[in-house]
Amino acid sequence: METVLILGATSDIGIATAKKFASSGYNIQLAARKPAELDAVKSDIEIRYKVDCTIHAFDALQFHSHAAFFERLNPKPDITISIFGTMYEEDDAFNEWDLTQMMIDVNYTGVVSILNIAAKYYTERKTGSIIGISSVAGDRGRASKLIYGSSKAALTAYLAGLRNKCFKDNVHVMTVKPGFVYTRMTEHLPLPKALTSTPNEVASLVYDAYVKRKNTIYVKWFWRYIMLIIKNIPEFQFKKMKL
Amino acid sequence: MNKKLANWGNYPVIEGDEETFVFADQLDRLIEKEQPYIARGNGRCYGDASLAERTISTLKFDKILSFNIADGVFECQSGITLDQILAVIVPEGWFLPVTPGTKFITIGGALGSDVHGKNHHVDGSISNHVIEFDLVLESGEMILCSADNYPDLFEATLGGMGLTGVISRVKFRLKKIETSYIKQKQVKAKNLQELITLFDTYKDYTYSVAWIDCLKKGDGFGRSILLLGEHATINDLDEGKKADPLKMPGNKQITFPINMPWWVLNKLTVKAFNFLYYGKNFKKEINNVVSYEPFFYPLDKILHWNRLYGKKGFVQYQFVLPLDAKDGLIEIMHRISDEGLGSFLAVLKVFGKQESMISFPKEGYTLALDFPVRNGLLEFLDELDKIVLKYNGRLYMSKDARMKPETLQSGYPELDRFKSIIKKYNPQGKIRSAQSDRLLLTGTK
Ligand SMILES: Cc1cc2nc3c(=O)[nH]c(=O)nc-3n(C[C@H](O)[C@H](O)[C@H](O)COP(=O)(O)OP(=O)(O)OC[C@H]3O[C@@H](n4cnc5c(N)ncnc54)[C@H](O)[C@@H]3O)c2cc1C
Repeated sequence: METVLILGATSDIGIATAKKFASSGYNIQLAARKPAELDAVKSDIEIRYKVDCTIHAFDALQFHSHAAFFERLNPKPDITISIFGTMYEEDDAFNEWDLTQMMIDVNYTGVVSILNIAAKYYTERKTGSIIGISSVAGDRGRASKLIYGSSKAALTAYLAGLRNKCFKDNVHVMTVKPGFVYTRMTEHLPLPKALTSTPNEVASLVYDAYVKRKNTIYVKWFWRYIMLIIKNIPEFQFKKMKL
Repeated sequence: MNKKLANWGNYPVIEGDEETFVFADQLDRLIEKEQPYIARGNGRCYGDASLAERTISTLKFDKILSFNIADGVFECQSGITLDQILAVIVPEGWFLPVTPGTKFITIGGALGSDVHGKNHHVDGSISNHVIEFDLVLESGEMILCSADNYPDLFEATLGGMGLTGVISRVKFRLKKIETSYIKQKQVKAKNLQELITLFDTYKDYTYSVAWIDCLKKGDGFGRSILLLGEHATINDLDEGKKADPLKMPGNKQITFPINMPWWVLNKLTVKAFNFLYYGKNFKKEINNVVSYEPFFYPLDKILHWNRLYGKKGFVQYQFVLPLDAKDGLIEIMHRISDEGLGSFLAVLKVFGKQESMISFPKEGYTLALDFPVRNGLLEFLDELDKIVLKYNGRLYMSKDARMKPETLQSGYPELDRFKSIIKKYNPQGKIRSAQSDRLLLTGTK
């Protein structure tokens, strides 16, 4: 039976993704900064889906701990899914460097740090899959997502590069770009129903796309076209818009 | 974000917040806030019990914590729904000890209403099978409640409509089954008198409930079908079913797409429905083996069937009268059939003995029926309340959206003790619902 490592397992999408893969027969490794919270998720997954589930402490910001973290995983995961990320109010972040740096470090540096390690292992083994959750916000920089969007843009570029680098070694790298998602982070926002997905929908689409070995998916699919339009607005016009 | 909130009857509709939590410390943070709140499960109570300006939804707090397959003890977080529990326990040869007529309720909601099923006369309500639960008070303190630990809080929470606190974890006992099938018997009764005799004849059946035509007058007044059932044993199954005795039913569902205008529900359609229903059951008695799904949850196949009642919504009226109050039952049913306000479903059941502080069931006849909301309905139901009280009966809070505080007070002799327990453990009065405000259960705001 194959094993999936979920990095950022306490997030809504993390839990939903763990359950989705478990329901398809994968053993699960849950990794998060506060592992104690995951006891209930572990028992739930084991009882519902009769697969093995283990819990691992993982701090995205402790870059130098990542190698040892990955080294200790036994068995090594066949699929590594990076889901963690953080989002602060952009105005706060703009005024407070610590918040800006935190977003960059969690959303970009931390992901690169751990995925480099996973990619190295997979390329040597000549098999394996890496799935990274980026965001449509990375497709074009704009004021309302200044730092968050740029950290995700960097992540998207990294994942594309990684895909290119690992292809010859039979390692599959998939980029996932969700649009709006109903999570605890967004429950106070009035999101447009038609454009918003639930964590379960995201998880299902990720799983289906993984099975089909897709490169990049938008969740839901129409975001690809929404972003296509947004990307094509000429900059002289775009810079004047409130987005 | 404020949104429109309503429960199954779509009446009343209020503006409110629905806040969620996945981990215990997130619940603590929600409770710390100053604004009053009420726990909310899957909103399958009919009226305003789980409505408030701020509701704390348990639906994401839905993890299974332990399941002992040998002795059938199940432990979970409060927001898991019964359909998810069934998916795990049935294949292992266990069943819910008590289940209401829908599997789309949470276990927290099951305790909050102390739900009953078709087996009440044999197994009692869900509270009979609860070993312990954790309850989070308005102070944020978490209390482990059982028959021995904080017994007053234990009793007041079972059937207490969320007013003692948020139940976060539940441990309860399951019922052993050999198969996932039910050996069912349907018996036609030509009128109410015959039905009551039949209930008595078949009182040893684990499951029993009757569907009554409330509109029929004259000789056929109260004509009905009595539905009886037992969990089938392996030997009850035909060869095909024996191959997989604990098979899970398929989960194909149809969604009822739109709100119907209220006139669709006039007398004619109700009569037509009844006609169809009787036509199918032509013989006096039918015996067969069916999956548990159609037996317990005939309406769950049609998601959102409540839309059948139109935009204005409907009210479900459920009362219980003592066994010696058959006249009361007849009087109320006559009023209903005279008034012709229609009821798509009328369900009659006999409750066994139950002594509890605030739970609805007590020995006697319980009848449940739906009324689409329209002018004059509330006044009519007030009239019915008077008859219920005259015969020493009471109403089910879980279905209620409109009764008066006096009606509740007269029906529940231990109400004052219930109120004093709420006050003792939640002195700030932060836990309150639209219903508790209406029924004056939680003091003034
Ligand atoms: C088709 C249908 C058939 C039904 N049949 C029956 C039946 O046969 N027998 C029966 O008894 N009932 C029946 N009901 C009613 C239903 O079982 C109850 O109303 C049940 O309480 C609904 O649970 P819920 O999870 O939807 O909770 P909600 O409807 O959201 O809440 C119900 C009550 O429980 C409280 N509550 C919910 N979660 C918690 C928690 N975690 N901690 C504390 N309090 C909480 C709420 O505050 C509220 O007072 C039926 C309902 C429907 C729609």
